[in-house]
Amino acid sequence: MLKRKRDKEVSITSGEQAIMNKETEGLSQSQIVLRRFVRHRAAMTSVFVLTFIVLAVFSALETKIGPVRIPGWWKFRYDELLELRLEGCPEGIVGCPSLDLVPSFIDGTGMGLGRHPFGQDDIGHDYFSMVMRGAQRSLYVTVVIGFLGGTIGIIIGSISGYFRGWIDAALMRFTDFIITIPTIIIGSVVGFHFGNLGVGFLAFYLGLFAWTGLSRLVRGEFLKLRELEFVDAARVAGASNRRIIFKHILPNAIGVIIVSITLLMSGAILLETALSFLGFGVVAPDVSLGSLISQYQDSFTTRPWLFWWPGLLIITIALCINFIGDGLRDAFDPRQRRRLTKKDKVRAKVQARIAAASE
Amino acid sequence: MIAYISRRLGVLFVILLGSSFILYNLAAISGDPLGDLRLSKEINAKQQIIALTRDLQLDVPPPLRYFLWLRGILGTFIGNPDFGLTRTSKPVIDEILVALPITIRLVTAATIIAIVLGITIGIVTALRQYSRFDYAMTFISFLLYSLPIFWVAVLLKEYLAIQFNTFLGEPTIALRWLIGLSVASGVFWAAIISGTRKRVFMIFGGVFIANFALLSFLSVTGWFANPSLGPIVLGILSVGVAYGVTQLSTGITNKAALRSSLAMAAYTVIAYYPIQWLFEMNSKALIYPAMIIVGFAVAVVVSLQFSKIDRGPIIRTSMISTFIMGLLVVIDQLMQTWKPYMESDAVYFRPIPTIGQVNALIEPGNFWISLLDALVHMFLPTLALLLISFAGYVRFSRGTLLEVLNQDYIRTARAKGLTERTVIMRHAFRNTMIPIATIIVVDFASIIGGAIITERIFGWIGMGTLFNQAINSFDLNLLMGVFLLTGFLAVSANLVADLLYSALDPRIRAGAGGN
Repeated sequence: MLKRKRDKEVSITSGEQAIMNKETEGLSQSQIVLRRFVRHRAAMTSVFVLTFIVLAVFSALETKIGPVRIPGWWKFRYDELLELRLEGCPEGIVGCPSLDLVPSFIDGTGMGLGRHPFGQDDIGHDYFSMVMRGAQRSLYVTVVIGFLGGTIGIIIGSISGYFRGWIDAALMRFTDFIITIPTIIIGSVVGFHFGNLGVGFLAFYLGLFAWTGLSRLVRGEFLKLRELEFVDAARVAGASNRRIIFKHILPNAIGVIIVSITLLMSGAILLETALSFLGFGVVAPDVSLGSLISQYQDSFTTRPWLFWWPGLLIITIALCINFIGDGLRDAFDPRQRRRLTKKDKVRAKVQARIAAASE
Repeated sequence: MIAYISRRLGVLFVILLGSSFILYNLAAISGDPLGDLRLSKEINAKQQIIALTRDLQLDVPPPLRYFLWLRGILGTFIGNPDFGLTRTSKPVIDEILVALPITIRLVTAATIIAIVLGITIGIVTALRQYSRFDYAMTFISFLLYSLPIFWVAVLLKEYLAIQFNTFLGEPTIALRWLIGLSVASGVFWAAIISGTRKRVFMIFGGVFIANFALLSFLSVTGWFANPSLGPIVLGILSVGVAYGVTQLSTGITNKAALRSSLAMAAYTVIAYYPIQWLFEMNSKALIYPAMIIVGFAVAVVVSLQFSKIDRGPIIRTSMISTFIMGLLVVIDQLMQTWKPYMESDAVYFRPIPTIGQVNALIEPGNFWISLLDALVHMFLPTLALLLISFAGYVRFSRGTLLEVLNQDYIRTARAKGLTERTVIMRHAFRNTMIPIATIIVVDFASIIGGAIITERIFGWIGMGTLFNQAINSFDLNLLMGVFLLTGFLAVSANLVADLLYSALDPRIRAGAGGN
């Protein structure tokens, strides 16, 4: 009796295994990864939310590319001085938000954006367009840091991991130099002196220092992968170093790299906002999400909307990037197995029973 | 081993030289320290420029000036350190020595609590992988991970200082808060313990009722205005501690360990009134270390009495129990200090400050009042730092434990019939702690220089403030002084982490293999 039960259990687990195998049958590695990623609910939600935020933020305001002006869908500019809204605000407070999310059958006013959905700052700027502008700057810095830091990190890491020897030693000692200086110190020194040159310079210089962690990671991957047979095979077939690095090793390390870059980017948005908060990042008259919070942190008790909106936006963006990174990590991890749902287990049992019956 | 350490120390030295050179020049070329004086319309501006140029050797170009600065630093090795002067002509080293203890006080508590809580919750989530609790904690830790600290700090100031102070002035809990808190704790415990649906509801109901009853009792009796534990509650808690520590440390079946921990609980209750009397004497601070030593000595003697064989784990168990019971006694004493502290003129029913490191109006002299004052000032910044760093530990310890639980030796341990407690605590937990221990060292070093924002928001004058000041006034010597300390800590923490790793894990030998 006991033996039969155990036999059944064994065939159930092998049935589960069969489901797993069946799912990935005939798919390429990237298809498997994509499939796993799409199945990660939190990551997919984050992708949609982030896409929506990015599209909304960048199309809201008027954009100038050289002589071409692309009008935005929002009616005010971020540096436009407007009349302060008085009516409908609590006593003694001006520029309160007109956003009304309570439907009319509760308070009778109806839902609507109103003239200034996020309110106004103390001299009348429309706060919605300021937050949009701030988010543009913050996202811009994040992307530049991610791109620049990612590129430098991959190049330095792959060169030192692939060639080893003195090149590796020199590059890694150089990386150590940069790592020793705490990020916020570099950021402050850089931001303080280049912040007034515009947000582009700030992002560029921060990106120049943001690659250290990634390069170590890439180096480790390269040290591991370069000893494998497929690299030897490529070398015997006469592939050049460049070809081996970019066509053979890098695609195999791409999972680790992508995950690490998303983490770099979620760190970058917090770094930028922190620097702007300290006054070393984006400086007036331009705004970023960090500088908005820094500017209005004292008005929290009287006009909390000046504080809530930029903060919520920072958190949403960083949270989305983190969840996407988590989803990518799970998707790229070959050991990661999907948690079997009840449906799968039922199916596995049925299959096991069929198998037992056919014996 | 010695060769390995000395080689690493050599590399460490070279790295510090290199990075200080980079930072020195980066900072020097990007700003003019005399800029504001050149624009100044003061009559003696010219003299000030000349004096500053002489003091700070500004006439030497930065790459060369770096070596002048370096000569002063290297003087440390011949017993004559010279970290240079700040712009206000104070020695940099003095400024740092004043600021460092403040920063350490700020970050120590936060780091320790974050580590303990983070690892505990990380381990629970790993043991309950894919449960609702796991998903909820994953979401919360990601959320905390994405929070900008300056934003959290403002919220904490508003809700945990200003509004909480108002509550403490009139300490009765409103009904909606009672229900909210009870539901929250019910959900929390039900999610952790989990099981069948019926069991989950039972746990939720039990915790909800217990919590609701306790909170309303405390609220009605005005406990929050004059809190204390008293000998009875202290005794009950101590017995709980004895059972809990024994279960985790040796397993409840080890009767000798359980008995000696329970004996220590009894000792704590018996010693309660003598301890109160000693506290009230408030004579010399020397008596406190003596009390701690006596407590641990009693723990050793008691556990020797109760055990015949295998004494090590039993002594360890009762030592840990004694430590926690001692903390309970201290908490009780601090609670008793609460009322006089609240009623003193300096505080006047607004106990939780939003800014500053001590209350200057508190008269020095009473040890407990000063301690309580320091603690309430630490409350908000510690909480802010804690919320931010806690998430990392949860994620890391969860990942590590899951990886360990997949190892073959865990299967072996289960297969040979060990209890689940032994498998988790002795086989899995210890191996999880190896990578965590190395991470802790590195984190602790980096946080010393990293509390810049927290210090600024909560008005603490520590290393971060010095750094801020150095950047804003182009004070190169001060900046380099701060950097030298944080950089040194960061690099040496990496070395310590590597050594610790090889000490904890016999499979890894430092300096062997590698290239």
